[in-house]
Amino acid sequence: MSKEQFTIPIGPQHPALKEPGHFTLTVDGEVVTGASVRLGYAHRGIEKAVESRNWVQDLYLLERICGICSHIHATAYCLGVEKLAGVTAPPRAQAIRVLVAELERIHSHLLWLGVAAHQAGFDTLFMYSWRDRETVMEVLEQLTGNRVNYSANLLGGVKFDVDTRVLETILSGLDFLETRTHHYLDIVSGDRIFLQRTRGIGMMTSEQAERLGVTGPTARASGVRRDIRVDAPYAAYDRYPIQVVVETTGDLEARFIVRLKELLETYHLIRTLLDGLPEGDLKTRMPRRIAAGETISRVEAPRGELFYFIKSDGGDQPARIKVRTPTLSNMASVTQLAVGHQLADMPMLLTGIDPCFSCNDRLTTVQTSGESETWTWEKLRQYGIASYRERG
Amino acid sequence: MDTFLKEGRWSQALEQIKLWARLNSPWVIHFNSGSCNGCDIEILATLTPYYDVERFGIKLRGSPRHADVLICTGPVTRQARDRLRRIYEQMPDPKFVIAVGSCALSGGVFDGCYNVVGPIDAVIPVDVYVPGCPPRPEAIIDGVVQLLGKLQQGARP
Repeated sequence: MSKEQFTIPIGPQHPALKEPGHFTLTVDGEVVTGASVRLGYAHRGIEKAVESRNWVQDLYLLERICGICSHIHATAYCLGVEKLAGVTAPPRAQAIRVLVAELERIHSHLLWLGVAAHQAGFDTLFMYSWRDRETVMEVLEQLTGNRVNYSANLLGGVKFDVDTRVLETILSGLDFLETRTHHYLDIVSGDRIFLQRTRGIGMMTSEQAERLGVTGPTARASGVRRDIRVDAPYAAYDRYPIQVVVETTGDLEARFIVRLKELLETYHLIRTLLDGLPEGDLKTRMPRRIAAGETISRVEAPRGELFYFIKSDGGDQPARIKVRTPTLSNMASVTQLAVGHQLADMPMLLTGIDPCFSCNDRLTTVQTSGESETWTWEKLRQYGIASYRERG
Repeated sequence: MDTFLKEGRWSQALEQIKLWARLNSPWVIHFNSGSCNGCDIEILATLTPYYDVERFGIKLRGSPRHADVLICTGPVTRQARDRLRRIYEQMPDPKFVIAVGSCALSGGVFDGCYNVVGPIDAVIPVDVYVPGCPPRPEAIIDGVVQLLGKLQQGARP
């Protein structure tokens, strides 16, 4: 054991991820002894920007918080605003929201499977899963007209209906994806070389998971049974229940298995949903001004619990919107679990939580005095300029 | 041989070889300076089997020092600005920049946000603009083809 410690800075541009994030790892030989993370490269100031746009414009801005889970952001926002306005979207609209959310989950999980396999050096699996992902992208495009930011939601309903032609595409796509998912499940739980990179790596017990506050598939892989779709059903999830997939081992292998088994649940859910799609309208009337008040809205994004706080002062613009994304709650687990692992395991460990930096980069100030304070646009701008000048 | 060197034909031939190599294997690096991820996943989709730009010799590299083409997404945030500039400076000459997506072209929906400096061309020079939110993979491929076309006509360097 040498006394000297070596610090390795990684990022913000790095080959491991598509998004900017900076990690500082201290290593002793090959073993990581400390890890810290610096976020905020993708911080744009969306939460402040929503306050200067009206309720409808905000829908499109909030959808662009994240390109991977855009629909779920819009859903959380719509459900919250509808709750404030005392409006309920028609049953068919709620069902279509669930349909698009679940299709999005398929695309997100397949995307993750590929990226995670790429981190392990298993590029064959990366290429295969991304090829299969195009099936669901095609479905989404046929359904909504767009591959990524579908913009399916409206305040008070949805824009698109499911017709018979799309129905056939979805069902045949699901059949194909189901056989592929079983194949991937065999690979991640049977391939000996791949298991050497995942089995027993990044162990997180359920106590640790509770203490670190992780959510979503990362928590479910550590035996924490928590899923907003079941615990607090929103949209149409009360009519289409799902089985929560839980694994107890808590290592990287479990995180692969949980996400893949969730895919199988999702296929099942979409089939039942399409079987009994309620008839009726796609949207209801929404007032332009939303009644004063505040509310919270929780949904299950592909990465975990997504939380919206929405406050209205009775105008045509929101007074405050706060977003808490799952990546932020999961990020603490990476810096904790990194210690004691090999340097080569770091990319896998980080991808294990399915991080999404564009979701998670936001400003937080911690006040100790307890007095409330409102920051103006100009003050935030000046704060940003001064802060980055200081940091260099 | 002497006349061959004297008339500068040697350097001409060398330039042609360089252009041939550049046209047939443009290696790319990707940097996200504040994008929502939508463009990034579409860029990644172009590299995977369905669209497969590797058939044009295009390969994604991890280091700016290995790359000819910088593909940028997103508006430039205050924190990412210096990093973007540094990555651009680290690339060996000749280097080219493709800006992908509405935000990279104009700031898009994030135009005016307090932490956004502006579009990519406010920070580094851009050769090809690919509009869309996000652009389809076909559009991104077309952007690369446009760049190669420009090179072939001897527009730059």
